[in-house]
Amino acid sequence: MPKLNGAGLLRGLIGTAGLLVVLEAAGRLGAWDTERLPLVSTVLLRAGELLADPEFLVSAWSSLTTWALALALTIAIAVPAGLLLGMVRPAEVAVRPLIEFLRPIPSVALIPLVILMFSETTNMRITVAVYAALWPVLVNTIYGVRDVDPLAKETLRSFGFGPASVAYRVVLPGAAPFIATGIRLAASVAIVLVVTSELIAGGIEGIGVFITIAASGNRLDLMIGATILVGLFGILVNALLVAGENRLFRWHRARTEGAT
Amino acid sequence: MLELVDLGHNYGSYRAIDRVNLKVAQGEVVCIVGPSGCGKSTLLRSIAGLIKPTGGTVLLDGKPVDGSPENLAVVFQDYSRSLYPWMSALANVGLPLRRRGLDKKKRDAAAMNALEQVGLAGAAAKFPWEMSGGMQQRVSIARALAYQPKLLLMDEPFGSVDAQTREELEDLTLRVCAHHGMTILLITHDVDESVYVGDRVVVLSKAPGTVVGDLPVQLPGPRDQIHTRELDAFVRLRAEVGRLVRGITPQRNTHGNTHGYGYGVETR
Ligand SMILES: Nc1ncnc2c1ncn2[C@@H]1O[C@H](COP(=O)(O)OP(=O)(O)OP(=O)(O)O)[C@@H](O)[C@H]1O
Ligand SMILES: [Mg+2]
Repeated sequence: MPKLNGAGLLRGLIGTAGLLVVLEAAGRLGAWDTERLPLVSTVLLRAGELLADPEFLVSAWSSLTTWALALALTIAIAVPAGLLLGMVRPAEVAVRPLIEFLRPIPSVALIPLVILMFSETTNMRITVAVYAALWPVLVNTIYGVRDVDPLAKETLRSFGFGPASVAYRVVLPGAAPFIATGIRLAASVAIVLVVTSELIAGGIEGIGVFITIAASGNRLDLMIGATILVGLFGILVNALLVAGENRLFRWHRARTEGAT
Repeated sequence: MLELVDLGHNYGSYRAIDRVNLKVAQGEVVCIVGPSGCGKSTLLRSIAGLIKPTGGTVLLDGKPVDGSPENLAVVFQDYSRSLYPWMSALANVGLPLRRRGLDKKKRDAAAMNALEQVGLAGAAAKFPWEMSGGMQQRVSIARALAYQPKLLLMDEPFGSVDAQTREELEDLTLRVCAHHGMTILLITHDVDESVYVGDRVVVLSKAPGTVVGDLPVQLPGPRDQIHTRELDAFVRLRAEVGRLVRGITPQRNTHGNTHGYGYGVETR
């Protein structure tokens, strides 16, 4: 897990700011037609304005709630399934070929099919996002369950605890750091898929729809501004989840760092 | 209360223990000694129901063991792996007490008491990975003692602590177990310890392990780390167990052996 400390963060900010300044200067010096491709400062200004633009906010809210629902659904499906497949070897053996077949199918390729299946775009977006986000959570959960020390399970068994207690008190907490990593990956994947499905399917709401409309109006400043906000949201979510993991799973980091 | 009948176990084609017969009475402290790799841990795992032995039976109170028996605690040789890294020492010790139907307050109080007894009252809030090996080992001992099982299985439980702490823990274990009438099966490779702690010392041969000696320890008076260990009877028993562990039979030890004790060894 890449650790972002103060110095690293500062360097990253300096690098990004430097690149933006160079681009701004190049634009002002006439490196491209700023009527067509706006200046960095224009785009940043527009992005800031969008945060107060009711039309954009409605779109953003729609995408955000869709994303949150998709992620919740992903967790509700993939974590129990992963626990089961991780603990019951025969079940895993039985479904492994199916997983290996379904996993590499790019979910973007499924969008046209899913559009035909759903008349309502929210369900369509959720389905596509869940399909893509499911795999990192499922695979990480299975892996995490496998990683739980057998002796930790045997200890609880020897004290007379049943399989359900062992699953709940040892397997779940032991696998939790891996599950959390899977959820973090899934969160990013789900953002990408929600916006992508909006771009492809259209509809009446969502950031993807907002971007499409901006494009048809030749408003590159709005397009890029909205895109930047999506990107920033992704970074924010990731940073929050990493911080949460570092806090909750100090024991896991201490152990893996001690082992290496 | 515990009886092993012709207990044997194979890992694949490798025979780890062979026809072990043993009877342990209620309240007895039985020490098992044997060379490394002779199957001591395997024996203990079979009793705890963690592996299904490939031959023979384990009887607890006359009933064959199937799965993990009720009212049993194990102190594992790999103590650090048997503690939960996401829990504090206090929570680790308190966890099994859920089986006793105690509420959180009572569990914490009992766990704290056990930690105090092993000298870790100050480390109750620490996590296992913040502790030294010896501290972790004491936490796992505290966890077993707090549970107050009828049968306590200990696999080299005092290996990672200094000599003085070790003596304290030996005495503590004996005291707590006597107080609650627990039966103990303690595995050790320390011959001295087996004689000091045990009411009986059972010696296993080298792999595949089988019982080559079963010696009652009859020492006068209450055990005391200094006095007991200098008793003639203690020294003699220790030598006897030592010879059995090394596979020297009484007949053979006439040559190359300078001790020359002239007494019979009770083997079966
Ligand atoms: N899960 C396993 N699979 C295969 N072989 C095993 C397994 N566990 C133990 N063995 C083998 O069985 C033999 C006995 O192992 P065991 O751990 O019972 O020995 P031990 O007497 O406890 O040794 P030590 O004193 O070193 O702890 C060893 O040769 C070991 O390699
Ligand atoms: Mg062992």
